[in-house]
Amino acid sequence: MSILINKDSKIIVQGFTGKIGTFHAQEMIEYGTNIVGGVTPGKGGQTHLDKPVFNTVKEAVKETGADTSILFVPPAFAADSAMEAADAGIKTLVAITDGIPAHDMIKVKRYMRRYKNEDRMTMVGPNCAGVISPGKCMLGIMPGHIYKEGNVGVIGRSGTLGYEAAQQMKNLGIGISTSVGIGGDPINGSSFKDHLEKFEQDDETKAILMIGEIGGPQEAEAADFAKENVSKPVIAYIAGLTAPKGKRMGHAGAIVSAYGESAAEKVEILKEAGIIIAKNPSVIGDTVESVLKTL
Amino acid sequence: MDIHEYQAKEILSKFGVSTPRGGIAYSPQNAKDRAAELGGEMWVVKAQIHAGARGKAGGIIVCKSLQEVSDAANKLLGKTLVTSQTGPAGKTVQRIYVEEATDIKKEFYLGLVFDRSSESIMVVASSEGGMSVEEIAKEKPETLIRAKVEAAVGMQSFQAREIAFGLGIEAKAISRCAEAILGCYKAFSNSDATMVEVNPLVLTGDDHVLALDCKMSFDDNALYRIPEIAELRDKSQEDPKETYAADRGLNYIALDGDIGNIINGAGLAMASMDMIKLAGGQPANFLDVGGGATPEKFVKAFKLISSDPKVRVILINIFAGINRCDWVAQGIVDALNQIKIEQPLVIRLAGTNVNEGMKILKDSKVKYIEASTLEEAANKAVQELKKLRKKG
Repeated sequence: MSILINKDSKIIVQGFTGKIGTFHAQEMIEYGTNIVGGVTPGKGGQTHLDKPVFNTVKEAVKETGADTSILFVPPAFAADSAMEAADAGIKTLVAITDGIPAHDMIKVKRYMRRYKNEDRMTMVGPNCAGVISPGKCMLGIMPGHIYKEGNVGVIGRSGTLGYEAAQQMKNLGIGISTSVGIGGDPINGSSFKDHLEKFEQDDETKAILMIGEIGGPQEAEAADFAKENVSKPVIAYIAGLTAPKGKRMGHAGAIVSAYGESAAEKVEILKEAGIIIAKNPSVIGDTVESVLKTL
Repeated sequence: MDIHEYQAKEILSKFGVSTPRGGIAYSPQNAKDRAAELGGEMWVVKAQIHAGARGKAGGIIVCKSLQEVSDAANKLLGKTLVTSQTGPAGKTVQRIYVEEATDIKKEFYLGLVFDRSSESIMVVASSEGGMSVEEIAKEKPETLIRAKVEAAVGMQSFQAREIAFGLGIEAKAISRCAEAILGCYKAFSNSDATMVEVNPLVLTGDDHVLALDCKMSFDDNALYRIPEIAELRDKSQEDPKETYAADRGLNYIALDGDIGNIINGAGLAMASMDMIKLAGGQPANFLDVGGGATPEKFVKAFKLISSDPKVRVILINIFAGINRCDWVAQGIVDALNQIKIEQPLVIRLAGTNVNEGMKILKDSKVKYIEASTLEEAANKAVQELKKLRKKG
């Protein structure tokens, strides 16, 4: 299986005809991702990269049967586009856009709650590298070739640190079922906990790796959830042991402002929940390997 | 982005929150004039810096004559204030706020923040004003009142009333207090704020409710749509190197160590800093050059890092995805043709086209130490530092 996306996902690109949308759509198509069209308001009826362009997401869904979307829309318009996707019945939305105002994300999250649980869209990101189910589907801006197909589910905030982990794993012959980038923003579409839940239900996934960082409550919430609800082994690395309190470390959400938000505190909370800690970023692959050997 | 107290108070008053009358001053004479205009017999001279806890650091002076106002201004202007919130370097006072003195009957705490857990705006209040919210949480947690705002409809009057009653405000001042709380909420939600803190909110002798102090921060991602707030940015309150970097599209934070580093991606940068520490070193900075590692970006990054007198070794760690290692390597080589650096340089490249990238570096005139993993890079950087220390 894999989670969120697979070979059969029918994908549209929001912000399809822009420079960034075009570049990454090409990369994804080359990887084998099933892109069925795109949306750029005002350019409906045109063809771009041999795929149809639509004015609205609703129209794209109606004509192509799309169930998944990737968003490259500029930050000022991204929240609106995310809500448009939710309203059109898109099931999985990956938002790559960096720089969406936090007040806008609160609105998006509130808007998504209009729909019943079973109809509700899962939003991944924003400010993330995307989602990849290696060998099946790549929905993001990551270099696809560093991911090997396999049985470890990965959830992480950071793009390049996720690449580092994927490559360490590939070098050890370890593959990934799906890698999900939840992004570095303070308010994101979905959290570690949301994807732990999905990986627990995925037959293909045997172990789960979380790559967290300073700031926010989501790693601790995931620890609580894993303790009660996840039977598969969970491994975690938390970046930012040397990050000073009160300073924003690049990501909008990477700032220690309350108890439990520093790297050391998060590591303690995760450990207490029975999660295996990778002690430093160069042993993420080794730690996953040692856990897999015990299965 | 942070703003000064007097600017935050101007915003609050636009949303119906009462504040004491006051005026901004840039010189002792200026301050005296402001006090004379305000009239009365007592004034408070307040240092305007982007940090709280000014009172304990001597940044707030109560004055009983115009001469005292002038003396207070003379003492504060140009002074570097070190408070519990400024860090050891402190912040320089370049403007002061002269305010009429307030007859205080009772002080309260009021704060509005994003609650990342519930993904909503959270209002926090306490009857123990004047203390920091951390102190209140530690010493008087039972006084803390929290109210979550439903984003779809905004804060409701009953929520503000509940808080006001919870603070123990007398019946005759309840509606004034509730109005002040609602006004702060409106200021928060209408101006893309990430924090509004009124500490203290006071009840005066004649039962009015005033914001006696106010701190506001705003979402950097939203500055494009709040130009009237964006223009309040005061660069004199920021770390000059951080400002230099931010203005050039680099994400930079100065730290205390001696190993400078240049990394792509915030998470990888934090991880590399952790690795430096585990190898026995201390990072001199956080620097994320972002995805597009162009020669121009590297020139800027090298200038920033190599000019820092603390930096004795430089570590570069780039994991190239869409930006390939050969482009990155060429960027480093081109940058080092333009700018000369004295410090030993450890380079680790990984990802797309890594072999082509390493070949470009090898064939160039750049003097560097090669590392193939993150751990090796950190260890080699620390080894170089030890060599330099031996030399003295």
